[in-house]
Amino acid sequence: MSTTPDPDIEDRAVPPGPAAPTQGAPRGLRTTAIACGITVLGMVGLSFAAVPLYRLFCQATGFAGTPRIGTAPSTAQADREVMVRFDANVAPGVAWSFTPEQTEVAAALGETKTVFYRISNRAKVPTTGIATFNVQPEQAGAYFVKIQCFCFNEQTLAPGESIDAPVVFYVDPELAKDRDLKTLSTITLSYTVFPAKDGRPMAATEGAADKPKL
Amino acid sequence: MASTTTAPHDAHADHPTGLRRWLFSTNHKDIGTLYLCFALMAGIVGGFLSILMRIELQEPGLQIFSNGQMYNVVVTGHGLIMVFFVVMPALIGGFGNWFVPLMIGAPDMAFPRMNNISFWLTVTGFLLLFTSLFFEGAPGVPGFGGGWTVYPPLSVSGHPGPSLDFGILALHAAGAASILGAINFITTILNMRAPGMTLHKMPLFAWSVLVTAFLLLLALPVLAGAITMLLTDRNFGTTFFDPSGGGDPVLYQHLFWFFGHPEVYIMILPAFGIVSHIVSTFSRKPIFGYLGMAYAMVAIGAVGFIVWAHHMYTVGLSLDTQRYFVFATMVIAVPTGIKIFSWIATMWGGSLRMTAPMVWAIGFIFLFTVGGVTGVVLANAGVDRELHNTYYVVAHFHYVLSLGAVFGIFAGWYYWFPKMFGYVVPDWIGKLHFWLAFIGANVLFFPMHFLGLAGMPRHYVDYPDAFAGWHRVASIGSYIFAFSLIVFFYGVYVAYSRRERAANDPWGLGATTLEWTLSSPPPFHQFETLPRITGSDH
Repeated sequence: MSTTPDPDIEDRAVPPGPAAPTQGAPRGLRTTAIACGITVLGMVGLSFAAVPLYRLFCQATGFAGTPRIGTAPSTAQADREVMVRFDANVAPGVAWSFTPEQTEVAAALGETKTVFYRISNRAKVPTTGIATFNVQPEQAGAYFVKIQCFCFNEQTLAPGESIDAPVVFYVDPELAKDRDLKTLSTITLSYTVFPAKDGRPMAATEGAADKPKL
Repeated sequence: MASTTTAPHDAHADHPTGLRRWLFSTNHKDIGTLYLCFALMAGIVGGFLSILMRIELQEPGLQIFSNGQMYNVVVTGHGLIMVFFVVMPALIGGFGNWFVPLMIGAPDMAFPRMNNISFWLTVTGFLLLFTSLFFEGAPGVPGFGGGWTVYPPLSVSGHPGPSLDFGILALHAAGAASILGAINFITTILNMRAPGMTLHKMPLFAWSVLVTAFLLLLALPVLAGAITMLLTDRNFGTTFFDPSGGGDPVLYQHLFWFFGHPEVYIMILPAFGIVSHIVSTFSRKPIFGYLGMAYAMVAIGAVGFIVWAHHMYTVGLSLDTQRYFVFATMVIAVPTGIKIFSWIATMWGGSLRMTAPMVWAIGFIFLFTVGGVTGVVLANAGVDRELHNTYYVVAHFHYVLSLGAVFGIFAGWYYWFPKMFGYVVPDWIGKLHFWLAFIGANVLFFPMHFLGLAGMPRHYVDYPDAFAGWHRVASIGSYIFAFSLIVFFYGVYVAYSRRERAANDPWGLGATTLEWTLSSPPPFHQFETLPRITGSDH
């Protein structure tokens, strides 16, 4: 990304005459212009490559409150305890009621916890929805590990059907070592149910349910 | 105005006239003139929108707008027009086209036809943006009101009407124009310098345009990518920025500001170049620390790409990320400080002449420094959480852009007007214009610092009575600034009615760059014999 041109380029001055470019530009000009054109195409490509890269980056680092997905309960334990609060929202377009069965639980670091959300379809037609999720404060996302979650898959509910959807998670004991989170006492896990689209939410995109990553 | 630039010494056969000359122009000077006229015209539209805002905000309550959305449409239009269709066309398209080939001793731009395409694409973009004001955006209200940053989800689900689609296409057209222009400048500067003109002997304005062109080349494609994703999110069911389909609206902010931060340097760097020449000319000294000045611009351009998230401190970056962006942002104050220092050192002990371009340039240095200081304040993530999206930010970026870039444009205008058009604008008119603009702009924008510190948020049509005093002062300032533009146009009128011919080198000793060796205005085709530059590097 250097903006410093080579100071030694000096012998490429073209012959004068504004008519020159009509007969095909001289070689030096063409080379520079083509290099510039490739740079532009490369930057357009990079801006689109940013989409999957950003997703991978969020999943790998827990950036922007993206919780991690784990395969097994934590092996380590720690004494510190945090309150985990649960929040549930429904986007316009889904006639579901959606509430956590407990509003908060106390979880020791490394302790595996299971909570249930109650989802009821109040519409007269079967409805498919998918929940996206987020952790606040966002820095805690890197330490919030879900082992099992209803949000990994789309849910289809028959009219009037209710389900108790489980979330199994633990808070990584590594959290105790993060100086940014020294004073952290509460983590909020927030869900929003959206009408299902062709695409699936962030963590589910990589087929997280059947072959969990990380 | 423009057609009278036909100079007496154009006996050249290849010299179209009338419509052919202006519509199909491939001449860098004619295209530069077209860009300047276009920027002036767009500036009147953008300035008119800002006056509407100030009339509205003069008193609490609703004055001339029926609702807040309509006001935000005007705010958005003002921002987009000023950035893409006033400052960029004037500094890069206008002065860049006019003076880069002259200063480096080239006969024209490398790709004259592409230059023509760039100009007309810019005009197309402006017409598209203007059209977007008249189509429905948010339900029931014409135009797009989400700010020049066009953040989703407001720009996707909040504006279902076709207005923003016109806006996105406008940015595509303007962006393509600027990318083509950037390729043209880079190719010209790297390949077409006169024999003996090494990069280290190249005038600083040409350096500033070269760095700017690289920034355009690297930043604009990212904007194009981001707004294309927005377009498909809006119309074709993709979910790049829609969480319900796995996207993330914050990704848009990252992409936008990866473009947006270099963009602010794109707007100010050419003004740096212009001011360097003016300060040197009217101090009758070569610029102090030439190489430092050139590489400071390179450094500003390079560092400008790695500070984007300081616009996003409130989206929940980790503290370490914030620490990095605070530090990187403050680093930019170092090369910028080098420039301010070198301008002052150039004036120090010089034989100063306070002509109109010089007072504009000194005004630029002073006001840009004020804007730079508030920029360092805002760079602090902790402070920014308090000031984010308040009028403090509005004051900051208007000090660097409205009072920085725009003062740079006027400085260049008074400096080069005799060269470009061959007539003289009386010095007193340029100075009167300066003092009215200087006082008006400070009265307009300085109180915004107070409003912002007191908590006045951006993008609101109404405010509590507590803010009424400073808002009224700011509105009065905006009317003074608007009045100064009447003086500006009067100056142009006087120049063309008196027709006092400018000397080839009206500023005398100190004006050492190649454009002053030509007639005023320069011949239609210059440097039939390339100038040969001798002497050692700086």
